[in-house]
Amino acid sequence: MPTIKFIFWTIFCTGLATWLTRITPFVLLKKFTLPPAVIEFLNFVPITIMAALWFQQIFIQQSGQLPAIDYLNLCASLPTVISAVISKNLLVIVVVGIISAAFFNIVL
Amino acid sequence: MYAELTRRSAWHDVLPTVLGYIGIGVAFGIVSRAAGLSILVTLATSTFVYAGSAQFVLVTMLVEHSPLLSIVLSVFLVNARMMLMSTTLSTYFKQEPLWKNILLGTFLTDESFALGMNKLNYTDRKLNFTWFNTVNLASYLTWIVGTALGAMLGSLITDPTKFGFGFAVTAMFIGLLYLQIISDKTISLKLQLTIILFVLILTYFGMAFIPGNLLILVVTLLGCALGVILKHAHN
Repeated sequence: MPTIKFIFWTIFCTGLATWLTRITPFVLLKKFTLPPAVIEFLNFVPITIMAALWFQQIFIQQSGQLPAIDYLNLCASLPTVISAVISKNLLVIVVVGIISAAFFNIVL
Repeated sequence: MYAELTRRSAWHDVLPTVLGYIGIGVAFGIVSRAAGLSILVTLATSTFVYAGSAQFVLVTMLVEHSPLLSIVLSVFLVNARMMLMSTTLSTYFKQEPLWKNILLGTFLTDESFALGMNKLNYTDRKLNFTWFNTVNLASYLTWIVGTALGAMLGSLITDPTKFGFGFAVTAMFIGLLYLQIISDKTISLKLQLTIILFVLILTYFGMAFIPGNLLILVVTLLGCALGVILKHAHN
């Protein structure tokens, strides 16, 4: 185990790095205005980032070759998507997701 | 989701994401304790680093005795996507004073960002400080409480994914993505679906040669670029 001093510095430095990552755009864009082309680009951030965060979970990375399929997450995704279409309610979707994952964890 | 941007509506809107947060927070607490870190260090990581998946990277690298610089670099890369989110979000808070912008940025997460982007579709494309800050702080508190629970449960449960909570956050992104698609009228449905399909293909093939840390960032940048190109090709 690393020394407590090393752990302290790790938490301090990584904390500072994540904080700066999050606030720098807010601080800079208070002074500068983004060109319309950039704003148009950023309009696509929500759907691409949410899709990417999801799809990353249905594959398992294997270095140097195509990923394997994470069948548990893939199977659990199906009832989750269906519940989204039917309910359009985030709480219902999350609960269905949790139950499906627990179910497929037993079955698969 | 309601049209109001009050503290009350924020608590209502944030509830589903709380479930996901508790699950992953508990998972982090358990993993961190299992790796041999104390309850205090585990809690300090969630309180001061507050970086979701990057915290798992941090703990793993700490235990492997990685050098400080490579830990910081990895955590930064996993979180680099936050820059895109705060850039996108900052356009809605330009009129607010700097300190409020900094406060919103400090506690910004994937989940509060996604929730905020959904909220826009119900509020005539407006957001305010009170609503977003409440969502942020509720998420932060939940994350810390989850971590504390996990750290204390640490020795009892060894595999939190067994109870389906590991999937909670993914389920949340599926839900938020679907709600975004059906309610965002600024981009056509056909274009949205095309981009999502493109993101799926990119993620699959990208995994073969893009390091896991950078994947989300690269895929998002390419997906947005394709969106802009296709939008102009149609007009």
